[in-house]
Amino acid sequence: MSTPTSPPQAERPRGGLSAWAQATPFTLVFVLFLVLPLVLVAIVSFWRATDYELIPAFTAQNYIEVFNGCGSTSELCVTLKTYLSTLKFCFLVWLITLVIGFVVAYFLAFHVRSVGAQTLLFILCTIPFWTSNVIRMISWVPLLGRNGVVNQALIGANVIETPIEWLLFSDFSVVLAFVHLYTMFMIVPIFNSMMRIDRALLEAARDNGATGWQTVWNVIVPLCRTGIVIGSIFVITIVMGDFVTIGVMGGQQIASVGKIIQVQTSYLQFPMAAANAVILLIVTLMMIWGLTKLVDIRKEL
Amino acid sequence: MQEGKRPGSFYALAAVFGAFVLFLYGPMFTIFVLSFQGPEGGLTFPMRGVSFHWFAKLWEGMGVVDIAAAFRRSVALGIVVMLCTVLLSLGAGLAFRKKFKGSGLLFYTSVASLIMPSIVVSLGIGLQFRLIDTLLKSGLETIGLGSWLESYGTAMGLYTSALGAHLTWTLPFGLLIMLAVFNRFNPAYEEAADDLGATPWQSFRHVVLPLIAPSLVGVGMFGFTLSWDEIARTSQAIGDVNTLPLELQGLTSTVTTPAIYALGTVTTVVSFAVMGGTLLLIRLLKRQPVRA
Repeated sequence: MSTPTSPPQAERPRGGLSAWAQATPFTLVFVLFLVLPLVLVAIVSFWRATDYELIPAFTAQNYIEVFNGCGSTSELCVTLKTYLSTLKFCFLVWLITLVIGFVVAYFLAFHVRSVGAQTLLFILCTIPFWTSNVIRMISWVPLLGRNGVVNQALIGANVIETPIEWLLFSDFSVVLAFVHLYTMFMIVPIFNSMMRIDRALLEAARDNGATGWQTVWNVIVPLCRTGIVIGSIFVITIVMGDFVTIGVMGGQQIASVGKIIQVQTSYLQFPMAAANAVILLIVTLMMIWGLTKLVDIRKEL
Repeated sequence: MQEGKRPGSFYALAAVFGAFVLFLYGPMFTIFVLSFQGPEGGLTFPMRGVSFHWFAKLWEGMGVVDIAAAFRRSVALGIVVMLCTVLLSLGAGLAFRKKFKGSGLLFYTSVASLIMPSIVVSLGIGLQFRLIDTLLKSGLETIGLGSWLESYGTAMGLYTSALGAHLTWTLPFGLLIMLAVFNRFNPAYEEAADDLGATPWQSFRHVVLPLIAPSLVGVGMFGFTLSWDEIARTSQAIGDVNTLPLELQGLTSTVTTPAIYALGTVTTVVSFAVMGGTLLLIRLLKRQPVRA
């Protein structure tokens, strides 16, 4: 995630492979599988397509179609609706993961005293990251379904009479799954920032009569800003482009920007999908740019 | 934090932390238990007996989906991704220790890869390979080798487009780990080796490598496990066959028996086995005395 890295130390004169030779394979992968594909997406978004072939052209038709009907004031067009819905998920997930991530990181960083216990609990929080996302989504089904554990318990306790329907395949379950899957992306950078806070500062705050809350709000939060921003970038970009979680947990009923691109690709409408991808990329980059204005990422890395 | 009595807030925070861990692991544990449903059992509690029935069903295959083949593909791809991630990240990590032109750009490119919406990367790679196919086919036709087209399917595949897609996801993690490792790396050992007349290769092989071996194992684990579960970047870049997570994603809407939980249990066990193996290997490597 956000490993602290300073610029590499000055070079000692020594033999061996040149730096470029060592970095070339790594660089090639990104040129071939990241830079080139992105350039192609940008190019193809101006092409035309028929049912069976791509036609190199230069037309803004795809972009015009994306925003088709967005001029009218009476009703929102599909694209804007989808973006609003995706942004809503983004905001909710960001807020919840931030609060939970901060609290968990705070507990780990300032309340767990032994390094061994700290490491153990930290690993406990990160293990699920290395297991299957889809499985972690499906694992909510027996809990939230019509006859799931939650409904059975509530009916058993006479809180409700009929099962709650909105627990699964709803906005609620999508947000829940996002929080379940991605809180880790907040915990790690925030924890990393907290571990670098000089403990003397906290004592100084206390000696000057700050309450616990005041210390958290005026000392810890500002010093964790970088971690918070890095975590936020991760969570926001993941949710903005997501189509898997929204698909599985929304019962394939909820639209998202990523899902539009995925569906258009499956119908081989590549230029349209590419135009949507370019717009998604621009929106996401603007959000990241806004976040990085708040903090100097370079200092952290 | 001063030693002594714990503040009241500690207990409140500990309770929140405990609830969070329960939230993380509870659902996973639920499907682990439910995958041992009896033959009569359904997707939710109560348990109707305890059996390996659904694992057996899974073994037989689920309808048209060949789970075993997808499993093998994912393992094979995971191993290749793991090896590539270790080797390429190590090379880049070593390069970043020296000053080289464009190092900043390379670093930011790899970070950009990490936060790029996966669907966009996947779409781009898919497009790229379709265009390669088109060009190859028209090229073959122009030079009169149209007959070769019969046997030519697509350049897309497990070890071409899918491998590339996975590497855009695993390499940035690998690089960040290597940068962190070399940041805390004491160059005195190498200098000593140099002074004693070691060649660059010898000092790398006998000094640097043993010291960073545990971290390389960690990078390898990242490579395998991230590849093992990857869906979003693979989705448009895989071609005709599917990896296990992609099959799984398709099954979520069609399979309504505990067999899908059994599959979940199997993939999770693989993930855990890889993590456990990694920890063991790291311990072994750390215990070994470094022989000069």
